[in-house]
Amino acid sequence: MHAIREAAAGFKRSPVLTGLSSAMVGLALYVVGLFGLATYNLQLALTSVEERVEVAVYLRDDARQSEIDLALTELAEIPEVRSVSFVSKRDALDRARADLPEFGELFADLEVNPLPQSLEIELRPGERNPDVVERVSEAAAAYPFVEDVRYGREWVDKLFALRRIGAATAGVLGSAFAMVAALIIGTALRIAVFARRDEIYVMRLVGAKASFIRRPFLLEGAMAGLLGGLLAWGLTYATYRGVYSFLFEVAWLPSGWIGLGVLVGVVFGAFSSALAIRRHLGEV
Amino acid sequence: MIKLTNVSKEYPKRGFALREVSLHLKKGQFAFLTGHSGSGKTTTMRLVHMAERPTTGEVRVTGYSSDTVTERNVWRVRRRIGYVFQDFRLLPGRTALENMAFVLEVTGTARKAIVPAAQRLLAQVGLGAKAGALVNELSGGEQQRVAIARALANDPYILLADEPTGNLDDRATRGVLDLFWDINAKGMAVLMATHDLELIKRYPHARVFELDQGRLVYDSAPE
Repeated sequence: MHAIREAAAGFKRSPVLTGLSSAMVGLALYVVGLFGLATYNLQLALTSVEERVEVAVYLRDDARQSEIDLALTELAEIPEVRSVSFVSKRDALDRARADLPEFGELFADLEVNPLPQSLEIELRPGERNPDVVERVSEAAAAYPFVEDVRYGREWVDKLFALRRIGAATAGVLGSAFAMVAALIIGTALRIAVFARRDEIYVMRLVGAKASFIRRPFLLEGAMAGLLGGLLAWGLTYATYRGVYSFLFEVAWLPSGWIGLGVLVGVVFGAFSSALAIRRHLGEV
Repeated sequence: MIKLTNVSKEYPKRGFALREVSLHLKKGQFAFLTGHSGSGKTTTMRLVHMAERPTTGEVRVTGYSSDTVTERNVWRVRRRIGYVFQDFRLLPGRTALENMAFVLEVTGTARKAIVPAAQRLLAQVGLGAKAGALVNELSGGEQQRVAIARALANDPYILLADEPTGNLDDRATRGVLDLFWDINAKGMAVLMATHDLELIKRYPHARVFELDQGRLVYDSAPE
């Protein structure tokens, strides 16, 4: 009870300092939030491109249906493969007509369907990397009735290089932003604790237990972290709405990320206060 | 009550602040601890308060030994000690009553009993009428009286006073000393650090310890 009363009194006694601490925590987390928003949308964009990675296996015209059925079953049994579908010559022509309407007359005049029958292999999410694509392609190419296997090797390589660069950049920049945020939050709460060092001194002087002294400050740090986290959430959401309305379509962060951000604010607020108070507890 | 046995205190940069000091202040005694600046008075007070630990030797305070008291339970020793400083160390921007209430609350006084206890303690030091005044608006002597009332809040066994009259005029000094003697008359041991020899001469019944360059060079009532 004392901890709650003192934490509330601390807020009331120095509203400017408390407000500034919360604002600094909020702005520090806002930068992290913006970075999270950018990273999340980049990840979504890459994932949607990745979903288009598939292996096309072109079959000879004289391939027997029983052989094709066997290949369908065997390829579908590869753990990384999500589905295998057969595209007949006729289906291929129908698709071509639908996809390329400008060549409508050319397709109408055809006496023989020149398009090959094929198998389309779709991979499971998370398995669409160059190694797996190549391994599945080799497995498909091993059938004697397979004419050709295509998966846009260069394109897949570039896509995954881009993903690696993205992940490394996100890791390095994210860590840097998080460290800067941690320093700012730590400094803000250190100042808040420093402003009340006289109280800490008196409490130690008259024999208050260290845990008793620490509790209100931890609570205050957590409250500053919570307010800062909520402020960062609001600012990030306002930025998202602005970008969405005036620039381009972006996705909002998953609620788990937001919850984690606010929780990080709370935990870090309490942790920073604990660190700051440790120094003052040792003074008496 | 307070017993220092062969206590030395060495700081990494400053060197020795105390060397082989042994002294024993018994229950109900009043003693001055004197010496020039840098003689080790404040270090001795801090050792008794267990804000410092001796480099060698042992400090015993009301049965607690510096060898066994940990940082975690040092509060138990401090509840038995009242501490008064030259610069008062009150909480600025709060009234005398609020300063008292703060201390009473953090040391576990029941909520309902806090204000009556604070008023009683302020009355004891002659400040009952100024309970509602902001401490920074009080005179130096009055601020020191608030600090003394605060030191008495835990009903301690020992009162430590580190140059408590250093910032006070002669009249306020006499008032503070009278208060200390009153407190001592009720059975509380008082150890007061001061470099003011004229002040000590005014109280010939008090015991005197003198430090010089960290060594105890005089004890008016050796055992």
